[in-house]
Amino acid sequence: MDILSLFVVVPVLVILALVFTKDLRQARLISMVGGLVQLGMAINLLFAYFRERAVNDAVMLFNRDLVWFEQFNIHYNIGVDGISVSLILLTSIIVLAGVFISWKMEELPKEFFISLIVLATGVYGFFISIDLFTMFVFYEIAVIPMYLLIGIWGSGNKEYSAMKLTLMLMGASAVLMVGILGIYFNSNADGGALTFNILEIAQVNIPVEAQNLFFPLTFIGFAILGALFPFHTWSPDGHASAPTAVSMLHAGVLMKLGGYGIFRVAMFLLPAGALEWSWFFIILSATGVIYGAFAALRQTDLKYINAYASVSHLGMVTFALLMLNKTAWNGAILQSLSHGFMTALFFALIGMIYGRTHTRDITKLGGLLKVIPFISVVYVIAGMALLGLPGFSGFVAEMNIFMGAFQQDSMFYRVATIVSISAIVVTAVYVLRVVGIMLMGPVKNEAYNQLESTTWYEKTGILLLLLPIIGIGVAPLWISNLIMESLQPFIQGVL
Amino acid sequence: MNLINLLLIPAIPLAVFLVLGIFSHKIKPAVSGLTGVAGLAISTLLSYYTAWQYFFVNGKTDGVYQTFVEKTVWIKFTDTLHIDMGVLVDPISVMMLVVVSTVSLMVHIYSRGYMKGDDGYTRFFAYLSLFTFSMYGLVLATNLFQIYIFWELVGVSSFLLIGYYYTKTSAIAAAKKAFIVTRFADFGFLIGIFIIGFYTNTFDFQLLNDPEGPAILTWASTSFMGLSLITWALILIFMGGAGKSAMFPLHIWLPDAMEGPTPVSALIHAATMVVAGVYLVARLFPMFYMVEEGFALQIVTYVGAFSALFAAIIAITQTDIKRILAFSTMSQLGYMMMALGVSGFDGHKGVGYMASMFHLFTHAMFKALLFLGAGSVIHAVHSNLLQEMGGLRKYMPVTNISFLIAALAIAGVPPLAGFWSKDEILMAAYSNSQFIYGVGIFVAGLTAFYMFRLYFGIFWGKDRQYKHRPHESPASMTIPLIVLAVLTLTAGFIPFSELVSADKIGFEAHINLPLAAIAVGVGALGILLAWLFYKKENDLASRFANAFGSFYKWSSNKFYFDEIYLFVARKVFFKNVAAPIAKFDKKIVDGTMEGIGNQTAVISRKIKDLQSGRVQDYAFGFIGGVVILALIFIYAFTN
Repeated sequence: MDILSLFVVVPVLVILALVFTKDLRQARLISMVGGLVQLGMAINLLFAYFRERAVNDAVMLFNRDLVWFEQFNIHYNIGVDGISVSLILLTSIIVLAGVFISWKMEELPKEFFISLIVLATGVYGFFISIDLFTMFVFYEIAVIPMYLLIGIWGSGNKEYSAMKLTLMLMGASAVLMVGILGIYFNSNADGGALTFNILEIAQVNIPVEAQNLFFPLTFIGFAILGALFPFHTWSPDGHASAPTAVSMLHAGVLMKLGGYGIFRVAMFLLPAGALEWSWFFIILSATGVIYGAFAALRQTDLKYINAYASVSHLGMVTFALLMLNKTAWNGAILQSLSHGFMTALFFALIGMIYGRTHTRDITKLGGLLKVIPFISVVYVIAGMALLGLPGFSGFVAEMNIFMGAFQQDSMFYRVATIVSISAIVVTAVYVLRVVGIMLMGPVKNEAYNQLESTTWYEKTGILLLLLPIIGIGVAPLWISNLIMESLQPFIQGVL
Repeated sequence: MNLINLLLIPAIPLAVFLVLGIFSHKIKPAVSGLTGVAGLAISTLLSYYTAWQYFFVNGKTDGVYQTFVEKTVWIKFTDTLHIDMGVLVDPISVMMLVVVSTVSLMVHIYSRGYMKGDDGYTRFFAYLSLFTFSMYGLVLATNLFQIYIFWELVGVSSFLLIGYYYTKTSAIAAAKKAFIVTRFADFGFLIGIFIIGFYTNTFDFQLLNDPEGPAILTWASTSFMGLSLITWALILIFMGGAGKSAMFPLHIWLPDAMEGPTPVSALIHAATMVVAGVYLVARLFPMFYMVEEGFALQIVTYVGAFSALFAAIIAITQTDIKRILAFSTMSQLGYMMMALGVSGFDGHKGVGYMASMFHLFTHAMFKALLFLGAGSVIHAVHSNLLQEMGGLRKYMPVTNISFLIAALAIAGVPPLAGFWSKDEILMAAYSNSQFIYGVGIFVAGLTAFYMFRLYFGIFWGKDRQYKHRPHESPASMTIPLIVLAVLTLTAGFIPFSELVSADKIGFEAHINLPLAAIAVGVGALGILLAWLFYKKENDLASRFANAFGSFYKWSSNKFYFDEIYLFVARKVFFKNVAAPIAKFDKKIVDGTMEGIGNQTAVISRKIKDLQSGRVQDYAFGFIGGVVILALIFIYAFTN
C-alpha cells in the first residue's frame, strides 16, 4: 500500500471497526486510536516528503496512477506537494482534537463518529487527488455527511440550518461541476486526449474564451465553500446549529477545500481566466474581509461572531490568491492553516463554554476568567492570535498576504489592500469586545460560580490546536519554505 | 560584543514569564516575586555590563561608535526581502537597555511590596516579565519588522496590565481603549513598513539609514500627491510612534491607562513603553533627516511641540494625581519628539538628537520616581484624588523627599537630571526656530507650576481627616524610591553628548548660560506661583480658575477629545457601519439566498401539483397536449 492511499484506507478501516462498537466508550476509543494513527501517518508523510523532495523534483511526489473509468479517461491519480502535505497535517490534528472534544457525545455515538470520519476521509482524498474527477468525488463525500451531522446532532433550528447549508453547497457543486466539465472538454485543445489529470491539463493551452467562461464558475463553485462574500450566509446558521466537533471540522478543514480548490484548479488550470476576472473577485474578497469584520462586531452569539470572523479571514485567502505572486500565495496557504487551527480552537472553546453555561449569548455571560480560568485564558490567547498578534500563526500569514499584495502597485490593488489591512483594527475591536464582555468583568450569574473545571480530554483537545498556532507563529520559516518550494511550478504556470 | 550575554538579557524575562504563566496556580506568591526580581537582576547586570563594554571598552573604532549586528532570517517574503530576528547594538539601544533594566528592576522590587496580598500576584509578575522581554526585543531590534513585532507585544502586555484588575469595568474599558487606539496607529505603521519594504526592498535599519542606501538615495524616484512615497512611509511610521508615545491626537488612551496598578504606570506608561515612539524616530533619524529635506521630521517637530503644550495645559486642571502625571508624561514625550525634530545631524548640530535621548533617559528616572512616589501615597491614603490628600510630609518622609527631588528635576532646577537635558532641548530649539523655542519655554514654566501644584497638594496644605493614619511604605517600596532619587540627583552629570549622538562621533556639550538662566527663571516662576496658590489652603486658585471660565472647563475636560472619539466609535462605526452591515447581511444577502430557495420550493410545489393522482387531470393534460402538438405540427408543416 502506498503512503498516500493509506489516508483513505485507514479511515475506512476505522469506520468498519466503529460499526462493531456497542457504546460511547468503545466508539470514542476506536476513533481516538484512529485519529492518533492518522496523525502519526501525517507526521510520517511530512518527513517522508522532506526526504523524497531532496532527491526528487517532480511537481507531485508519491505519485500513483490507477485507471478507474477508462472510457472518460478518469483515473485514481494521487500525489502530494508541500501544500497538500501541510493541509493533511492540519486535517489530522483537527480530526483528533475533534474526537477529544466529542468525548461525551451521548447521543448515537457510533453513528456520530462514523459520519465524522467519513467527512475526514473525503477531505484527505480531496487533498491527495490529482485527477479532477476523483477530487470532485471526494469533495462530495466530505460535504454530504454535514447534512446528517447537523440535522441529527445539531441544536437550535437545526433542520433549517442543515437544509440551508446542504442546498447552498450542493448549488456550489453544480456550478463547480459545470466548471470542471468545461475544463475537461477543453483539455484536448492542443490535440491530445481528453483528460482530468491536473498536471496534464496545466500543460495545455486552453482557449482564452473557454477560460474566461469557466474560470468564474470554478472559482465561485469553490469559493462558496470558502464562504466568499456574498455567498457566505450558509456559514453562520450552519455553524450555530452544528455540534462542536462538526463546526471544528467544517470551519477548520472543509472550508479550506475552497481555497485549495481555487488555487489548484481555478488558478492553475485557467490562468488567463484568472487574469481577466481577478478585479471582480478582488472586490468581492476585499469587501468580504472588511464586511465580515464589521458584521462580527455586531453579533452577540459566539458562534455567529466566529462565523463572521471566518468570512473575514477566509476573504483574505481568496484575496491573496488573486494577487498572483508567491509571497501572497504563501500567505494564502499559511492563512488557511492558521485559520484552520484558530477557528477549530474557537469552536472547541465555545462548545465548552456552552456546555457549561448553556448559552452562547455574550451579554448573558460575564466574568468567566474568574470561574473557568483555563478555558478563558486560552480564549484570550486565541483571540490575540485571531487579531494577528506576532508570535501566533495569523501574524505570519497576514504579513505574507499584505506584503504580497503590496507587490501589485496599481492604484486599484493598493486601495483594495489598504481596505483589507484596515480589518486588523476592526478585528481587534470585536475580539476585545468579546473578551471584555464575556471573560472580564464581574461574574454575572451566581450559578456560574459552580462551573465544572476543565477535563483532561478537553485540555488535550485545546493543546493539540494551540501548539501548532504558537509553533507556526514563533518559527515559521520551515513551513513557509515547505510551501514556497511547492509554489514554484504554479507561479510559472500562471505568469 | 558577547552574543550570549546579549541574548540572555531578553531570554531570562521570557523564561520567567513562561514559568510563572504556565504554573501560575502552583507557585507561591513569595516565590514568584523573588523569581521575577532575581531574573531581572541578572538581566540588569548583563545590561550594565554590556553598556560598560560598549561605551568604555570596545564600542569605538577611530572615535566613532560602531554598530554591531547579529541576525538570522525569520521569515522570507521573497528571495531578497525577509524579516530578520536579531540584536543590534549601538549607542541608543545600549542606552535603552540601561533605562529599561533599571526602571524595570526598581518596579519589580517595588511591586513586591505594593502588590502584596493581591489575588493575581503571580500573574502580575508574569505580565511584568512578558513586558520586559518584549521591551528588550523592541530595543534591540535590527529592522523595522522586528521592531513592529515587539511593538505589538509590548502593546499586548500593556493591555494585560492595564486590565489587570479585570473585574473592574473602568479598567476593562481603559485596557480596550489603549489597545484599540494604538492598534489604529499601528495600522498606519504597518502600511508605512510595507511601503518601505516594497520601494527599498529592505527593512534593515542599517541599510535604511545609510546615506548611500536604497531609501535615502532614491527617495526622489517615487511620488504620491506631491510627496515622495518614502516620506509618506515615514509619516505613517511616525503615526505608529505617535500612537505609542501618546502624541496628539492619538493621546486619549494614556490618561485612562492609569487604571492599571501604579507600578505598571511607572514602568510602562511613564518610563519605557511610551518612549518607544521617540525611540523609533531616533532609530530612523538619519532617514527622517535626509529624505525629502526632512519633511517628515517637520511633522514630528510640530506634533511634538503641540502635544507638549496641550498636555501641560490639561495637567494643570486635573485632580487625579496619576492623571496629572500621565499628562505630564505626554507633555515630556512631546518635548522629546520636538527635540528630535529640531535636531541637525553632524557634530554639535545634532544636539537636539542627543538632548532628546538624554531627556528620555533622565525622564525615565524621575518620572518613574514620581509614579512610584504617587503609588506610595495612594497606598497610604487609598485614594487617587488630590482633594483627599494634604499634609502628608509628616507621615511619609522618604516619599516626600524623593518626590520633591523628582519634582525639582522635572521643573528643571539645576543641578538635577532634568535641568541638563531640558536645557539642551531648549538650546537646540532656539537654534532652529524661535517659535518652537517659545513653546518649549512656556511648557517648561507650566510644567514647574503643575508639578508643584501636585507636590504642595499632596505633601503640604491642610491635614485631612484620614480614616487610617497614613504611614510610610515598607522598605521594599522605599528602597526603589531612594535608588531612583539618587539617580535623579546624579544622572545629569553623565557626559551624555560624548556617548550618544546622531553621527555617533560624540561632541562636547556646553551650557548656554543666558538660555539656561531663562529656563531656570521660568521654572522658578512656576514653582513660586504654585507655592502662592497651593502651599497653604487659600482661594487664589479657584478665583483664578473662575477668571479663566470656560477655558478652565475645557482644559479640565481634556478639551472633550474622549467624547469626540467615543462619538466616532459608538455612533458612527458601531451604530452606523457595523449595525447596518449586520442588518444588510440578514435581510438582503441572506434574504436573497433564502428567496432563491423559497422560489425553488414554490415552483416545485406547482410542478408537484401536476401529479394530482386524478385520472381526469391526466386525461385533460394528455388530450390538451395532443391538441397543442397537433396545432404546432399543422402550423409547422402547412407553411
